[in-house]
Amino acid sequence: MTALLDLKLVFVTGKGGVGKTTVASALALLASQRGKRVLVCEVDAKGDVSGFYEAPPTGFAEKEVLPGLFAMTMDTEASLREYLKLHLRIPVIGRIGPLAKAFDFVATAAPGVREILTVGKLCFEVRERNYDLVVVDAPASGHIVGQLAAPQAINDLVKVGLIRSQTDWMLDILSDPVRTGLIAVCTPEEMPVNETIDLAVRVRKETTVKMSAVVVNRVLPELFGRQEELVFDALATAGPSEDLAELVGGDPKPVLEAARLAVTMRRTRSTHLDRLREGIDPGVPLLYLPYLFTRSHGLRTTRQVAASLGEELGY
Amino acid sequence: MAPQRPGPGRRPPPPSDPPVTGSGSLDGLLAAKEIVIACGPGGVGKTTTAAAAGVMAALHHGGKVLVLTVDPAKRLANALGLEGIGNAETRVPDEAFRSAGLKPRGELWAAMLDTKESWDSLIRMHAPDPQTRDEILANPLYQNISGRFVQSHDYIAMERLYEIHSEGEYDLIVVDTPPTRNALDFLDAPQRLADFFSSRLLRWLIVPYRSRLVNVATKPFYQIADRILGTQFLADISEFFVLFQSMYEGFVERAGAVQRLLSDRRTTFMVVSTLEGVPLREAEFFAQELTTRHLNLGAIVLNKVLPAYLQGAEAAKVAETMKERAGELATALTPVLASVDAPLGDEAQIRRVLAEVADSFLNFRVVAMREAEEKSELGSVPEVLATVPFFDTDIYDLAGLVRLGEQIWD
Repeated sequence: MTALLDLKLVFVTGKGGVGKTTVASALALLASQRGKRVLVCEVDAKGDVSGFYEAPPTGFAEKEVLPGLFAMTMDTEASLREYLKLHLRIPVIGRIGPLAKAFDFVATAAPGVREILTVGKLCFEVRERNYDLVVVDAPASGHIVGQLAAPQAINDLVKVGLIRSQTDWMLDILSDPVRTGLIAVCTPEEMPVNETIDLAVRVRKETTVKMSAVVVNRVLPELFGRQEELVFDALATAGPSEDLAELVGGDPKPVLEAARLAVTMRRTRSTHLDRLREGIDPGVPLLYLPYLFTRSHGLRTTRQVAASLGEELGY
Repeated sequence: MAPQRPGPGRRPPPPSDPPVTGSGSLDGLLAAKEIVIACGPGGVGKTTTAAAAGVMAALHHGGKVLVLTVDPAKRLANALGLEGIGNAETRVPDEAFRSAGLKPRGELWAAMLDTKESWDSLIRMHAPDPQTRDEILANPLYQNISGRFVQSHDYIAMERLYEIHSEGEYDLIVVDTPPTRNALDFLDAPQRLADFFSSRLLRWLIVPYRSRLVNVATKPFYQIADRILGTQFLADISEFFVLFQSMYEGFVERAGAVQRLLSDRRTTFMVVSTLEGVPLREAEFFAQELTTRHLNLGAIVLNKVLPAYLQGAEAAKVAETMKERAGELATALTPVLASVDAPLGDEAQIRRVLAEVADSFLNFRVVAMREAEEKSELGSVPEVLATVPFFDTDIYDLAGLVRLGEQIWD
């Protein structure tokens, strides 16, 4: 399972709100802590990856946010500019004027053009061996398949031309399970689990990328075993809880109520976890991350998640 | 309230906004509006909240209520009778209400959004003649685009809303917005579409493929474009847009009408979020943006909020005492528990339970306090600010929707 960190390119996706960016940031941090040179790239351009490292906002140019850990935000126009500079030797100064507009237009009209510039830039970093690992905070599960299938889609639409000639080596990298993998993040809740199961099917059918792991985020702790739950039930009955109230000098009801809520929440969630286990190919490892009872989010939380991820991976 | 034809469109913002208190009710808001658009970040329970609002309106206000949804959970779709019906509007059977012990005053209808189907019907509506229509529908690029056009989902959701509203069938339409990369995308979608089709660039780009006349100024551009994309591909795109040009005016006009409907005073927005940092920031930004655009922000609904008792100071003290003195308390409680039910746990077990319970309370309290803080710091508060507690089970039927709805109704 340690192979996850030996990949060169990892896409991290998931339904909105499940902690996709948290996991991507933590995975990148973990890899850098283990001595790798890592690039984490945010594709959604919400600009919050840097927040997970408490670093200033990032742009298209990679910036070292922690030792060995570089961050960047995808910008397809900048990617096009870089590409033109590298491949056509067209000097591009500032915005590329009509070309930028035309690009915008073509990218709007032709699905896949924008995506290929994203995937292309990421694959480029891998091909050039600029980093040991590239972690992508990828689009949400609704959009990731389109992204990953872009090189193939372009192959189908564009018969000749420079872009066409570029897709072959990208497909090589994307299809190589030793180099490239996809991590789906979900929480043990109904919709995220449904989406993850659907995603696994679509990734298998429509892309050449391998699903390397499912990260189950925000798993609630188990409070008691069966016998202890009986003790708890008895404790919550009228007599004993009054005794407890007297002993602690205050009303324990909210405290007991909260425990009851925690137990029920976990139970509801575990049925979804069971569905997830049944719905996902047994060859895909499930990694569990605990629910974090923290005051806020930031580098401290990212470190905690990275540590949990490390434990799950056997470090 | 009789259904109305679309009115005069965007009205200027009222001279002074009504006092913002958060004291209004969803009941009042839904009684006064014809369209409620539920929006907000992903994964916060938008679909469920929109459905709950629709159910409550049908129960209490009567009339015909439509919930237009995008991607409901399977069990919820089932509950609304939406399984496998695609674009068609379907009435939620009274039987479904009866079995939940409910008697609605009005009718609840539901429809799902099928992007591809909606695009096709739009083409059928705007195509000047059957031949163009068939050519577009058969165009491989169109097939690709109708599914994945920039903000194709967003535009089509608003377009569909416009169509249904202008038919005047429903007293209230509650719309669940599609998951987007950016919660604002769907607001811009009509404008973007109009810009797209009216762009001079579009005409410029397709000129050489129509007339094969390329002037000196544009030649280098086409050479580069050809090198990158290939001539055939550019020609394909052009052909598609040449076909599309015939529908250009219809589209632009329509996009304008959709835009006006969004800013109409009969339309209101319900921003749904949780109190977690990232989604909440996004929701706040969205609420602000609505106000900036003079759109009516009617309600903010905060979902999955931990119960208030977790914030109690006395309870916190009790939990701390339980944690610190777990051993001693266990000793004292062992005989008590033994007398309730003979062979219950030993002292060690009781101590562990006490410590776990206390610990769990204190853990959840950290989160509850953070949430309360976030809530109190909310920037703009609209007329309705509703909080939905963390339900310990999933919501997947009418009874569940009502349970949620009741939390936000008054």
